Amino acid sequence: MTRGFEGADVKAGRLDAEAYQDNFADLHPALSRHEAFVAADRCYFCWDAPCVTACPTSIDIPMFIRQIAADNPDGAAETIFDQNILGGMCARVCPTETLCEQACVRETAEGKPVQIGLLQRYATDHLMATGKQPYTRAADTGKRVAVVGAGPAGLACAHRLAMKGHTVTIFDAKPKAGGLNTYGIAAYKTVDDFAAAEVEYIVSIGGITIETGKALGTDITLEELCTTYSAVFLGMGLGGVNGLGVDGGELPGVEDAVDFIAELRDSTDLSSLPIGRRVVVIGGGMTAVDAAVQSKLLGAEDVTIVYRRGKYRMNASLYEQDLAATKGVRIKHNAKPVKVVDGADGRGVEFEYTHDVDGRLEGTGETFFVPADTVLKAIGQTFLPDLVPGVALDGGRIAVNASFRTNLETVWAGGDCVTGGEDLTVTAVAHGRDAAEAMHSAMMG
Amino acid sequence: MADLRNDFVGIKSPNPFWLASAPPTDKEYNVVRAFKAGWGGVVWKTLGLDPHIVNVNGPRYGAIWGADRRLLGLNNIELITDRPLQTNLDEIKNVKRDWPDRAMIVSLMVPCEEVCWTEILKKVEDTGADGIELNFGCPHGMSERGMGSAVGQVPEYIEMVTRWCKAATRMPVIVKLTPNITDIRYPARAAKAGGADAVSLINTVSSITSVNLDQMAPEPTIDGKGSHGGYCGPAVKPIALNMVAEIARDAETQGLPISGIGGVTTWRDAAEFMALGAGNVQVCTAAMTYGFKIVEEMTTGLNRWMDEKGYDRLDQFTGLATPNVTDWQYLNLDYVTKARINQDLCIQCGRCHVVCEDTSHQAITSSVNGERRFEVIDEECVACNLCVNVCPVDGCITMETLAPGAVDARTGRTVTGDYANWTTHPNNPASAAAE
Repeated sequence: MTRGFEGADVKAGRLDAEAYQDNFADLHPALSRHEAFVAADRCYFCWDAPCVTACPTSIDIPMFIRQIAADNPDGAAETIFDQNILGGMCARVCPTETLCEQACVRETAEGKPVQIGLLQRYATDHLMATGKQPYTRAADTGKRVAVVGAGPAGLACAHRLAMKGHTVTIFDAKPKAGGLNTYGIAAYKTVDDFAAAEVEYIVSIGGITIETGKALGTDITLEELCTTYSAVFLGMGLGGVNGLGVDGGELPGVEDAVDFIAELRDSTDLSSLPIGRRVVVIGGGMTAVDAAVQSKLLGAEDVTIVYRRGKYRMNASLYEQDLAATKGVRIKHNAKPVKVVDGADGRGVEFEYTHDVDGRLEGTGETFFVPADTVLKAIGQTFLPDLVPGVALDGGRIAVNASFRTNLETVWAGGDCVTGGEDLTVTAVAHGRDAAEAMHSAMMG
Repeated sequence: MADLRNDFVGIKSPNPFWLASAPPTDKEYNVVRAFKAGWGGVVWKTLGLDPHIVNVNGPRYGAIWGADRRLLGLNNIELITDRPLQTNLDEIKNVKRDWPDRAMIVSLMVPCEEVCWTEILKKVEDTGADGIELNFGCPHGMSERGMGSAVGQVPEYIEMVTRWCKAATRMPVIVKLTPNITDIRYPARAAKAGGADAVSLINTVSSITSVNLDQMAPEPTIDGKGSHGGYCGPAVKPIALNMVAEIARDAETQGLPISGIGGVTTWRDAAEFMALGAGNVQVCTAAMTYGFKIVEEMTTGLNRWMDEKGYDRLDQFTGLATPNVTDWQYLNLDYVTKARINQDLCIQCGRCHVVCEDTSHQAITSSVNGERRFEVIDEECVACNLCVNVCPVDGCITMETLAPGAVDARTGRTVTGDYANWTTHPNNPASAAAE
């Protein structure tokens, strides 16, 4: 619940009902059949296509686009799902401008890549609308596998394991499955409860049970799982958030952007969500942009993202930064928070300009103040290692080998919680899928 | 400004772009719109004897498309005019009276009986039309009744009917040829022998454009059935160009005026037909795809190109390419080229590599020093030009001519700069026998 500073201008229902609907409508409306044909015709069907190399799940993009062009969208979807069973969500949330579409040779040729993301959505939507999935389970192997976390990594892992004939139970701490797809992505990227529909679609293969409201460390333990199941996959993501580490950083007006987004995504009535009149978002990733833009869309008057480094260092792509600017969000680069204040002198955050000194970030001594009713921090999340006693870490996250196996014989891990996770849905899917293949090999000897 | 005025067998028009005998020229209304848009002339849609024929009441056209649904080929099963003869004659007379500077040719198709032709010719002459075109081309419908391509496929009939017409009218006679034959020179020679003033070609190509896989019937489908239709549009242009060139360079028909038809869509297409010997061109599909206004692009484009090249009149470039159409056996085997890929223009799609690797001569790299890079391997390159044609970037891959003295890395032979063709090649048994 976003409350803001005590006594600050924070309230719900800043907009009329229609404005909420418009503001949170699909960011990129789906392609019509005609639009899909026009877009698909632009693909050159490259050899060893750079877009495929750029895709963390290595979807055969030229092939699925050719299938769309040949009026076979369901076949196209199968090509996508073969590599990425969450291809529908990835089509919506992938930063394609830094992945496949950046690599597209038409980006090189004309600065206008083939609309791979939208074409992928066209195909996957088409097949998902039939309710049929192209996969069936292999004969039951008798093996039972536990998956911790019903996010992209866990779902991809579970689906692949189910395909192989294993029986999978997914545990998730939250009341709804989907992980960050359900709770952590801007609403306008995944409208009409797509995350839930996708979970249902994935699980429809059979052999997968999802137990929500089961948190690791509270309701279940890794030790128990290891004794009960033939193999365990850890895909619980990052449970902790970084603190600001500045004076006033713990004031009630300072809240986690991830919580704000989760609440928004969970809401059935956006007009009931309180939002500050002035919002400051601290951070430079997708979460920062998603939080800032949605604050604006909820009716906040002034929304400012402040990031400690320059434009090109932001984890949010240039496209995302432009999107934020288009929605009226101000982005200030090269400034770090000094203190959060809520008193007679003002209410907001004092920042100090930064510059790069031999690769180190240093303050310049010059400061400025941004008034705020709400401060959202989006400065990264952390892995909570206490949940997985005995699991070796590397750099604060779970250490895995090339096949996503941890130091424990029967435990694999993937997604944001492992070292090398890129905080991307598509990367998590690749981890889960590949871990499942490795788990299958290990279990079947 | 170049002079686009055209004189084709004495028929004058302000430019060389005529609308071919087809749906766009079926009525006064359409033709007047065409003349207002700037077309130089029309060949009025084919007239026949009364009672007039009827058309199907289902779809008449089928098509194939390129990227972005660009229409590349159109197929039709429409017959000749389905209006009373007198209605057409009256309208032709009106239009010719109102537009005296435009060419008015009347296409005709009547049974192979002399009286049929002589009678209709008298009526056409009364309209003041500038000439007639004998429709020996249409491959669908009328051919089943012994007309159209059924005549065009029998040189003796072509000659006979042409002769009847020449004897019966003062108007110039243009014989429209069907491409649905094995060698276009025979019908062209027959037309000439019959006294034709000119030939026009090509009429449409017999075709089925597609099959409806739900109905299991060819498109366009009429109540579950389809019939072969006449194919036209950009897709048939290469076939038409070749046939025009064959007639232009044939010893027997050399000099016979040709009205070029087949996929003319831009000024450049027209210039190509005329360079191969056509005295003018006829257009249909482009107008049926984009409307009459496209003639503006054709006239302005041709004009600009002629100015750039220094041609003041059409006849200054007509036929200039004809002498360069030759038989394969006379091509210079000592002419050696190699593909060259401009790395600055290359967008790294890799299609040149994969098609060369999979289907040709393994002459283009996929990587150099571990980097994705497409370079021609001269030792393997036979200069086939496939990479040039599949490259999506215009001008990225070109063919470089090896200068005399250069060594062809593939054969190890030094380029002599001489001319040597198959007729004298040691591998040619005929050349050996001749010695």
